[in-house]
Amino acid sequence: MQEFIQQLINGLSLGAIYALIALGYTMVYGIIKLINFAHGDIMMVGAYVGFFSLSVLDSNILVAMIYAMLACSILGVLIEKIAYKPLRYSTRIAALITAIGVSLFLEYFTLFLLGPAQRVFPDTAFPVNNYNIIGVSVSNKDIFVIVSAVILMLILQYIIRMTKTGKAMRAVSEDKDAAVLMGISVDKTVSITFAIGSSLAAAAGVMIGVYYNTVNPLMGIVPGIKAFVAAVLGGIGLVPGAMVGGFLMGILETMVSGYGNSLYRDAVAYGVLILILIIKPTGLFGKNTGDKV
Amino acid sequence: MQGSGKIGGRLIAEVAAVAALFMLGQFLISTGMLEQYYQIILTSMCINIILAVSLSLINGFTGQLSLGHAGFMAVGAYASVVMTNRLDLPFIIGILAACLGAALAGFIIGVPTLRLKGDYLAIATLGFGEIIRVVLQNIDYVGGPSGIMGIEKYTTWAWLFASTILTLVVIVNLINSSYGRAIISVREDEVAAELMGINTTRYKVIAFVVGAMFAGLAGALYAHYFYIIKPESFTFMKSFDILVMVVLGGLGSTTGAVIAAIFVTALTAFLQSFPAIRMILYALILIIVMIYRPQGLMGNKEIGRKTLARLWGGKR
Amino acid sequence: MSLMEIKNLHKSFGGLSAVLNFNFNLQSNELVGLIGPNGAGKTTVFNLITGVYKPDEGKILFADKDLAGLPPYVICKHGIARTFQNIRLFRDLSVLDNVKIAFHKNVPYGFLNAIIRTPNFFRGEREIEEQAMEYLKIFNLDSKKDEIASSLPYGEQRRLEIARALATNPTMLILDEPAAGMNPQETQDLMQLIQWIRKDFNLSILLIEHDMSLVMGVCERIYVLDYGQVIAEGKPEEIRNNKRVIEAYLGEEVT
Repeated sequence: MQEFIQQLINGLSLGAIYALIALGYTMVYGIIKLINFAHGDIMMVGAYVGFFSLSVLDSNILVAMIYAMLACSILGVLIEKIAYKPLRYSTRIAALITAIGVSLFLEYFTLFLLGPAQRVFPDTAFPVNNYNIIGVSVSNKDIFVIVSAVILMLILQYIIRMTKTGKAMRAVSEDKDAAVLMGISVDKTVSITFAIGSSLAAAAGVMIGVYYNTVNPLMGIVPGIKAFVAAVLGGIGLVPGAMVGGFLMGILETMVSGYGNSLYRDAVAYGVLILILIIKPTGLFGKNTGDKV
Repeated sequence: MQGSGKIGGRLIAEVAAVAALFMLGQFLISTGMLEQYYQIILTSMCINIILAVSLSLINGFTGQLSLGHAGFMAVGAYASVVMTNRLDLPFIIGILAACLGAALAGFIIGVPTLRLKGDYLAIATLGFGEIIRVVLQNIDYVGGPSGIMGIEKYTTWAWLFASTILTLVVIVNLINSSYGRAIISVREDEVAAELMGINTTRYKVIAFVVGAMFAGLAGALYAHYFYIIKPESFTFMKSFDILVMVVLGGLGSTTGAVIAAIFVTALTAFLQSFPAIRMILYALILIIVMIYRPQGLMGNKEIGRKTLARLWGGKR
Repeated sequence: MSLMEIKNLHKSFGGLSAVLNFNFNLQSNELVGLIGPNGAGKTTVFNLITGVYKPDEGKILFADKDLAGLPPYVICKHGIARTFQNIRLFRDLSVLDNVKIAFHKNVPYGFLNAIIRTPNFFRGEREIEEQAMEYLKIFNLDSKKDEIASSLPYGEQRRLEIARALATNPTMLILDEPAAGMNPQETQDLMQLIQWIRKDFNLSILLIEHDMSLVMGVCERIYVLDYGQVIAEGKPEEIRNNKRVIEAYLGEEVT
């Protein structure tokens, strides 16, 4: 039982990170129907910004996270304006290939600039304490990751549900043409979506830095694809789906590596994804929409 | 009227041209005029042509977005190596095992997933491709994560050339038949195709199985040229590489896929000497081509006899 | 003898009945119209007959076989062909290839013949091409055989869609708003074409149409659908004077 709770807590931390990345995937998909394969790499850039503000500027972890979020929101908007906007009305596959191009660019430009070596997060940035609660070891890392993720999700929910910007985002994802007729600027709304999604990814990047202690230029690929799977699991394009999908994915993975064979961890994640897709292709929370003839 | 004599004459001319191309390659290789470095590039080109053309059958002509092609390549590579390296059987058995194994994998994966559409299909095939890789990682018999080393180098120019030509002939002939029209009608409008009496599911599966089979062939050739295979070589990034060739060439164009495969291989080889900026340039080319020519190099057009005849000013 | 007989057909989408207790029959060589206000469920009936949707309940007897719930390609093979309200051609393919696809269900050569190009293949392709050209000639599209379908003018796209449907060699043809978007002259020509097709191909035709002059002009019998139910059935003059029909169309002109 203690073992189970231990795994659950590890799973929640990992899941929180997945959920934050998945949110960006799902928001972008919801609004322009693009699988933004570069999203995981935006997270990587966020992790590096966090790393440099901790090690060079000597800022504290929260400030580092804010720097990372700001930098990545600008990066996200730039990527959208330069690479995706010209393709908004061409085929989906062309946009997908562009996203792959952007992803490779971010990875290898970082590699070129900073070298392939791993960098270790400074110890002083986040002194680790372990608390022992009825036999379960809880680190302040776990608490930091879960609490800040939940706060960010609450802020996101507030923006989407309560503000005018959120209303515009929902309108554009529902029906772009109708939104334009209502006086909503699609370009601006898409930019805001990229800014918010990318800043969430940046926060996740800093959390990964704290959690695993290291950053490297290719660190975005695997968590990126996993988070994407999480988004599909919950129903791509749906914000609550991404959150639940992220947490489910994290818990599932830690459970499989805790109780089973850690080498099969990835296979189980994809296996669940395929089962979901075959049984209910629109994901756990998705509505079924038929083909109109 | 098109006489069978005319068709026969054209066939002889084409066979002669292909044979000449083969002899030229063989001559350059056996005399050593083509250095080892260029031989490797030539091999990669052939393998990439097979991969790109087979994926273009699925993505370009059937219109089903698949992101798992590297998985089928892996099945082919491993199946053939088990035959030749583990069981000491001849290479031809390895090749057959690769084709059959990959086709079977294509069937098993295709039947449940091809009901899905668009992005969902893309994700499911990506997932299956990754599952194949993870499963291979966990089989000790084939070396687990470190793979198999010391594979015999059976892939000769003759095998490469014959396989590439076979792939092209089968897929081009398939596309230009009634079966090919059925396959293309699925891409054009699934509902209308179904109402014209086309069993769309069947043709999706056929295209998927044929595509997977040739990816398996490419895997076998790859394994028996490059000495080593490991699961790491067949991640979804490899699938993306193949997809990039297909899309750069133009969805629905076989000649486009061939040209793009040659171009991408040459570019990769050329930039090999500048490893740092190689991938950056590659990425930029992808982005720029997609922004300025999203339909790819050839769109859905082909370079065929007619175009060549026009270029040379000859009679059709 | 009835060619088609539909009994108690039901279909609902998420609790909303789109088609309710639909009964229908069609004689050999008959031309029947299906009319009704927007959203009455007419196209849903077509989609049920052609297998695009599976009915929740009911029987669709066609030449004494129940087709309800079969996939569209099987239904096509039983001899039912259709066109669409919003033309659905294979847009990037040539006019000729659009029609050629209709012959695939009886493809005269095998898969391997196609790949190794046996004489069988060449003979089969020649047959298919000749047959397809005949249909194009009937619709006066033979001179445009190499053009891309989507580049044809609207009226010709409509005609190509009908040609393609006929090429599947049906005994029953279903036309979904064939005159939509046509001017009066084109509609007039279309009426004649429909009459002529029926006679020449010995077909039964079922059509949905909003253009009342076309419906009243060519149809021998008319079914009126409202809220998924048949509210009237009969000869054009009976329908014209039917009270319930006039009520259903309240606000819309019945001439």
